[in-house]
Amino acid sequence: MIRSHILVCTGTGCSSSDSPKIIAEFEEQLSLQGMENEAKVIKTGCFGLCALGPIVTVYPEGACYVHVTPDDVEEIVSEHIVKGRIVKRLLHRGEVDAAPAASLSDTNFYKHQRRIALRNCGVINPENIEEYIAVDGYSALGRILTEQVPPQKVINDIKASGLRGRGGAGFSTGMKWQFTHDAVSEDGIKYVCCNADEGDPGAFMDRSVLEGDPFSVIEAMTIAGYAVGSHQGYIYVRAEYPIAVQRLNHAIAQAKEYGLLGENIFESGFSFDLELRLGAGAFVCGEETALLTSIEGHRGEPRTRPPFPPNKGLGQRPTLLNNVETYANITWILNNGPEAFASVGTEKSKGTKVFALGGKITNTGLVEIPMGTTLRTVVEDIGGGVPGGKKFKAAQTGGPSGGCIPASLIDTPIDYESLGAIGSMMGSGGLIVMDEDNCMVDIAKFFLEFVVDESCGKCSPCRIGTKRLLELLTKITEGNGEPEDLDTIEELCNHIKASALCGLGQTAPNPVLSTLRHFREEYEAHVYEKRCPAGVCKALIQYIVDPSKCKGCTRCARGCPTGAISGAVRAPHIINQSKCIKCGACMDHCRFDAIYKQ
Amino acid sequence: MKSLADLKAIRDRMQQQMNLRDTEGDHIRVVVGMATCGIAAGARPVLTAFLEEIEKRELKNVAVTQTGCIGVCRLEPIVEVYVPGQEKVTYVKMTPDKVPTVVSEHLVNGRVVSDYTIGAAE
Ligand SMILES: Cc1cc2nc3c(=O)[nH]c(=O)nc-3n(C[C@H](O)[C@H](O)[C@H](O)COP(=O)(O)O)c2cc1C
Ligand code: SF4
Repeated sequence: MIRSHILVCTGTGCSSSDSPKIIAEFEEQLSLQGMENEAKVIKTGCFGLCALGPIVTVYPEGACYVHVTPDDVEEIVSEHIVKGRIVKRLLHRGEVDAAPAASLSDTNFYKHQRRIALRNCGVINPENIEEYIAVDGYSALGRILTEQVPPQKVINDIKASGLRGRGGAGFSTGMKWQFTHDAVSEDGIKYVCCNADEGDPGAFMDRSVLEGDPFSVIEAMTIAGYAVGSHQGYIYVRAEYPIAVQRLNHAIAQAKEYGLLGENIFESGFSFDLELRLGAGAFVCGEETALLTSIEGHRGEPRTRPPFPPNKGLGQRPTLLNNVETYANITWILNNGPEAFASVGTEKSKGTKVFALGGKITNTGLVEIPMGTTLRTVVEDIGGGVPGGKKFKAAQTGGPSGGCIPASLIDTPIDYESLGAIGSMMGSGGLIVMDEDNCMVDIAKFFLEFVVDESCGKCSPCRIGTKRLLELLTKITEGNGEPEDLDTIEELCNHIKASALCGLGQTAPNPVLSTLRHFREEYEAHVYEKRCPAGVCKALIQYIVDPSKCKGCTRCARGCPTGAISGAVRAPHIINQSKCIKCGACMDHCRFDAIYKQ
Repeated sequence: MKSLADLKAIRDRMQQQMNLRDTEGDHIRVVVGMATCGIAAGARPVLTAFLEEIEKRELKNVAVTQTGCIGVCRLEPIVEVYVPGQEKVTYVKMTPDKVPTVVSEHLVNGRVVSDYTIGAAE
């Protein structure tokens, strides 16, 4: 009998830090130590605690080992699996003194989370449909098809749940299903598509769902097909997600093999097929009309709306397009009831939202929180705060389409309305934390550079406007800003917002506008005082040696790549500003804290 | 797969295996003392016997784990059985022969095998 399961995370993060080697080593050690009939290695998707990866969890104790290396495996097998002694040195620090069975759900990182979309990630083997079935997978589809639940009833349940699109715009999912259901297709063909393009810098929510629980998306799309009257689905996934692509292909093949995809599912007469389409990683292809155009085999450029996809989408047929995370909520809603879902969250934002936590935060990783959780809880409790004793300055949500939330608004609840009200947006789930060392003008410039690169060029407000905007910001960060530039920036932003063709251009000014709104004094310091308060913009800072602290050890001079530092041994050194490239190496080299930036 | 019954069959079979990962579930825990003293006294065959017997009976909600020295080495091999909501029961001087009785009486029917418990040995 198998009495122990060893779960190894094989998400992208842990895979790149050796989890495939760890799995091989476990298999070898289990057989060497004669345990292969008692313990089994299971590959899972992301557990969320990416900063501590690779992560290995051993059941039934539920011991969670972090930063595991292939060299640790022998000890885990000989101590834990053979003798039942937990290897304390590898435990997650929050757990060290707790009873061996203390579960991960007690740690601060998980305590404030509520896992609905990620319910199976890190829990089941994403390459085994039977494990998905064991956690109630396919019971929603099975019930709907065998009991012939009317499609309208399914749609009503989704509406009643209050679920809104997780791809960014937050449109009611039930309404979208209704529109697609109601739309008439001349030849009867309709499509169900899934947006897995995920182009926001720093975002990896959808990737983790696809890697950790692909069947939940496939089952939800099949149900959507039944509800709106479609027999063909497409998942548009970026080719830069090789593990997700491989798991999806595997999952589709397995679902077909089990008769859960294809002809006559559950002998109900309903058929549904699913195919992947790979995207080449253009941000604009995440925009719905561009995405559908790309699936059609054309260059991925947006077109004007209306008509909206539910009326005229792929090949001019009614098309339902939802985001990966939106789909990941569907079977949970149908299995637990729309009321259960609606009981989580706030009045207008129901359920949970997954965020990819990144930037200056201790626990980078994947978190799922009930809507309405404050930013403070996410940053301080779940995220473990800003590392290195630095001060929290702001968080950026919504990536290049979103905006920043300053420290003064850290108690803002995270939901569609509250974020919109302060000039940010929910976005698809990137959450980047910034500390006192981040320059907000530089951040705005970073997102704008991204947009300028990714603009498809179809319309001039975006193609030309964002470029001009970037030039203005660059001018400011280089110390050449003039007082009227700030007004010009604001005016240009508003024009672009009002006139760009698609969401990319319409939202591109948001990071600029929101940093300008909350950190205007920082822009002004750059323009009027030619000073970068955070010490980031190279043209505006100088590295200076404090002669009272300098011991003349010469370390800085030896570490300077351009030979800009001179001075005799045991005499204070001097930095030649015309040679200095502001790389900061001298500051790292100095052992006496004698070098500072201003 | 053609029917809900087919789906249920897979679910039931897999749940038996996956229950193992439910640390909060209300399953019975069988804990075998496997420190040096336990192993020397023959804990390993006892553990194996438990695994075989539980598999044979297709018991779903039992987790078998080991622990270190329980403290009364002279009575090893020691096995503790935790049934949710009940006092822990400690069996001492276990042998593979005694295992089927403990499984059928205690784990399946909920009757403690008093002859093998620490109370009887003292
Ligand atoms: C420039 C741009 C990029 C987008 N990228 C994505 C994306 O990567 N993933 C996504 O789901 N939605 C993206 N969207 C939103 C989609 O257009 C669309 O609203 C969404 O896929 C609808 O699904 P939902 O209702 O389930 O959120 C993007 C929109 C714009 C304007
Ligand atoms: S707004 Fe930008 S990305 Fe969108 S159509 Fe215009 S140029 Fe292309």
